[in-house]
Amino acid sequence: MTPDLIYGLTGIAVFAIGLVGALCAQDRLRRVLALKLCSVGAGFLLVVGAWRTPSAAPDPVPHALVITGIVVMVSATAVALALIRRLKSLEAEDDD
Amino acid sequence: MSDPFLLFDLLLAGAVIALAIATLTVRDLFAAIILFVIFGLLSALAWVRLSAPDVALAEAAIGTGVTGALLLKTLHHLRYVTGSLGTNAVESLSPVQPVPAGVSWANAAFCGLITLGLATAFLGAPHAGPGLEGLVAEAMPASGVSHPVTGVLLNFRAYDTLMEVVVLLAAVIAVWQIERGLSDAPAPALGEVWEGFARLTLPAIIVVGTYLLWKGSEAPGGAFQGGAVLAAVGLMLLLSRLYVPRPAHRAVARWAFVLGTGVFAGVALLVASGGRVAFEYPLEHAKTLILLIEGLVTISIAVTLAALFHGREPVAVPAERGDNDA
Repeated sequence: MTPDLIYGLTGIAVFAIGLVGALCAQDRLRRVLALKLCSVGAGFLLVVGAWRTPSAAPDPVPHALVITGIVVMVSATAVALALIRRLKSLEAEDDD
Repeated sequence: MSDPFLLFDLLLAGAVIALAIATLTVRDLFAAIILFVIFGLLSALAWVRLSAPDVALAEAAIGTGVTGALLLKTLHHLRYVTGSLGTNAVESLSPVQPVPAGVSWANAAFCGLITLGLATAFLGAPHAGPGLEGLVAEAMPASGVSHPVTGVLLNFRAYDTLMEVVVLLAAVIAVWQIERGLSDAPAPALGEVWEGFARLTLPAIIVVGTYLLWKGSEAPGGAFQGGAVLAAVGLMLLLSRLYVPRPAHRAVARWAFVLGTGVFAGVALLVASGGRVAFEYPLEHAKTLILLIEGLVTISIAVTLAALFHGREPVAVPAERGDNDA
C-alpha cells in the first residue's frame, strides 16, 4: 500500500460520488457541488500520476495542469452560480 | 511500507470519501457547503502527502476558499430572494420533482460502469514511471526560474496559462452580463465582518499573498496562489464595507481585469517579434519577464476573483440605469 494507490482509489471514489450527485441531485446548488467533487477527483488522479517515490521529485507538468484546472473550475463555478442566482430571481418574479 | 504515515494516509482517504458523501447527502445546504470546504482542505492535505505543495496551495486558496465564499454568497442570495432568510430552511431551494425509478437505476448503472472502467484503467496503468520530469529538469536552466512548476506554468507551457487567464476574464464578463438584469432589486446585505478583525488581518493577508507571489520563482507558490490570497483582501474589504464599489470604479476594474491577459499576450508578441517563437524568452531577461507577467497577472487574478464574488456590476441607484452600458 503506497500513497499513490491509496489516493488514486480515493480520487476515483470521489469522482464516482460526484458523478452520481451530478446526475441525481435535485437541487441546482448541490449539482454544482457535485461537479466540483468530480473535478477534485480528477485532480487526485493527475497528482497521483505525477507522484514518484517519497524521495524522488514529482513530475511538474501534471501539477501545472491541475493548477490550471482549479482556476478554470472556479471560473466555471462562478458563471454557474450567477446563472442560478438569475434563475431564482426570475422564478421569484414569476411567482409574484 | 508500514510506517505511521500509512495509517495517516488511510484515515485521510477515508475522511475525504466520507466528506464527499456527506456533502451530497446532508439535507441543509449551508451544512453541505461547509462540509465541502472541509473536504477541499483535506484534499489539499492529501496532495501535500503526494508532494504537490503548489497544487495543494491552489486548491486550498482557490478551489476551496474562493469557491466556498462564492457558494455561501449564492446560498445567501437564494434564501434572500425566497424570503426564507433567518428561518432554518432545510428544504431544497429548487422545485423538487420525483425521479422515475428507471432513470435512477440507469444513472446508477452508468456511474458504476464509468467508475469500474476508471478503476481498471488506473490499476492497470504503469505506476511511478518516468514522465516529463526528466525533460523539465534538463530545460530548467533555460527557464529563468528555479522552481519546476513555475517554469512549466510560465515558460514551457505558457500558452495554457495565458488561456487560463483568458478563461478567468471571460468568466467575469459573463457574470457581469448575467447579473445585469438583477440591478432592480437591492443587493442582499451580507453578514458583517467585525472591522477590528479586518484591520488586524488585512495587512497580514497582503504580506502573505505578496510573499507567495515573490517566492514562486524558487519555491511552491506563484501568481495563482498569491492572487487568490490577495482576492481574500478584496472579499474582506467588501464584507466589512471598508470598500463599497461605485459605478465610477468600473473603468479601473475593467483595466485591472484585462491587465494580466494584455501584458501576458504583449510579452509573447514582443518576444515573437524578435525572431523567436512566442514565449521563448531570451535567457538574460527570462526572470524579469516572468516576474513582470506574474506580478501583473496576480493583480488581475485578485481583482477578478473579488469581482466574481461581488457579482453584479456596480450601479449607482436603480433610477440611473441610463448609464449602465457606459
